[in-house]
Amino acid sequence: MAAIEVKSVVTGAVWKIVASVGQKLAAGDEIMILESMKMEIPVIAEDGGVLKELKVAEGTTVNEGQVVAVIEE
Amino acid sequence: MALFNKVLVANRGAVAVRVLRALNRLGIPSIAVYSDADLGAPWLSLAGECAYIGGAPARESYLNQESLLEAARRLGADALHPGYGFLSENAAFAARVQEAGVTFIGPAPRWIDAMGHKTRARELAAREGLPVGKGSGVLPADRDAILKAAEDLGYPILVKPAAGGGGIGMLPARNADELVAAVERATSMAERGFASREVYLERLVDRPRHVEVQLIGDRHGNVAHVFERDCSVQRRHQKIIEEAPAPRIDRATMDALLERLAATFSRLGYDNLGTVEMLLAPDGELRFLEMNTRLQVEHGVTEEVTGVDLVVAQLRSSAGQRLSEFMPAPPVVRGHAIQARVYAEDPLRFLPSPGKLIEFAPPRAPHIRVETGYALGREVTPHYDPLLAKVIARADTRAEAIDRLVAALNEFRIAGLKHNIPALVRILESEEFRAGEVHTGLATDVVRRSPQTV
Repeated sequence: MAAIEVKSVVTGAVWKIVASVGQKLAAGDEIMILESMKMEIPVIAEDGGVLKELKVAEGTTVNEGQVVAVIEE
Repeated sequence: MALFNKVLVANRGAVAVRVLRALNRLGIPSIAVYSDADLGAPWLSLAGECAYIGGAPARESYLNQESLLEAARRLGADALHPGYGFLSENAAFAARVQEAGVTFIGPAPRWIDAMGHKTRARELAAREGLPVGKGSGVLPADRDAILKAAEDLGYPILVKPAAGGGGIGMLPARNADELVAAVERATSMAERGFASREVYLERLVDRPRHVEVQLIGDRHGNVAHVFERDCSVQRRHQKIIEEAPAPRIDRATMDALLERLAATFSRLGYDNLGTVEMLLAPDGELRFLEMNTRLQVEHGVTEEVTGVDLVVAQLRSSAGQRLSEFMPAPPVVRGHAIQARVYAEDPLRFLPSPGKLIEFAPPRAPHIRVETGYALGREVTPHYDPLLAKVIARADTRAEAIDRLVAALNEFRIAGLKHNIPALVRILESEEFRAGEVHTGLATDVVRRSPQTV
């Protein structure tokens, strides 16, 4: 069981968390939606697994490359 | 007599600079505004007075109607320029400004309202006999009715917010499954971005061109055109390269359309600066898409080829002057102008990239015009649009304008964040762009073709 860190691709703010901890995710599922410079940018699970941890809350500011969630395969 | 006693510029960045310079040139006292994120911003030094309007998030400042109206009242403005974006196409705000005894620099609120709703605008265009692309009305909530509307139209389809703009919430669908998901997502984005859940469908045209017509009207029932712009080069449904005049176009067809639009909007009584956006399909048909009732980001290319100062014209029109006073003779086009929008974004993935400008040296050269709201050492925050600068090149021929723009972009020194100059240069130097074979998929095609060079 490998833990995969999901990183933010942009600097911005967390607009909406879509998935919940414990939820089974398929590759391509949305975990949360970030907002930066008038754009909505979804954070996607690149591989399937169980959402183990959410490292941010709605409204939190995130930096590019920051770990925002952890998925366990 | 001066046009206005004092004008409040209710915007930030490059457009605030542009409008404040026009006011200074006309000798009109001005007020600039700023949020917490924009303390000490470059446009503030161009204004006679500055007003703090609230916190960094736009809804607390540049979208904060109370705060802007209060600043106008407190400092005694008798006119307000909304710029573009933010509150520039908010009819309720325009009406509140007027009710406060302040002139809104733009069309009458009823026009903002009529054109701000995309399906109603399309209906108006169709009633006037203008060619309009295939589309639905506002979608009902019922799933079967949505699917039926889509089948009537035929796939592929584009889902669009009815109250939308700026490419936000526009999603393609190739089949029924994609459509259901796209409608759901577009509805949510529309509600959030435009406070309206209304979405509608348009037939998705493959590789169209985007051609728009600049109109200028007065408060006395006169409208003239100031020719067309081609704005086909886009990413995420947002323009990145714009030019005037449009390349490879049938001049006779275009000229007839220009005259027809000016006559139609004259008859309807359109009363300020406005732009009619058209889609040019590969079959050569130009069809009405929407109308923007404000100054456009790309107005500079029209100014460069016609010599008409569109911001000054807009101010004079709003002050009640006649078209015959502020534009005595029909403009003519001389040469060619191309604008590139420099964005703080990852040039490969087109994702925003905020940061601090540790290096920022815009090009200076003959025939090059740069508009920016940034300066060395300024922070590009995630709160606002990622536009860093507009670079416009002017020349006698299109080929020469491309060369000048490429040279200017290559001289632009920016460090501290990612920017799209490499992608802009690749697009401008592509065979297709050089040949004038532009379409809305070109930017993505070029970047995909050679990702290692952007």
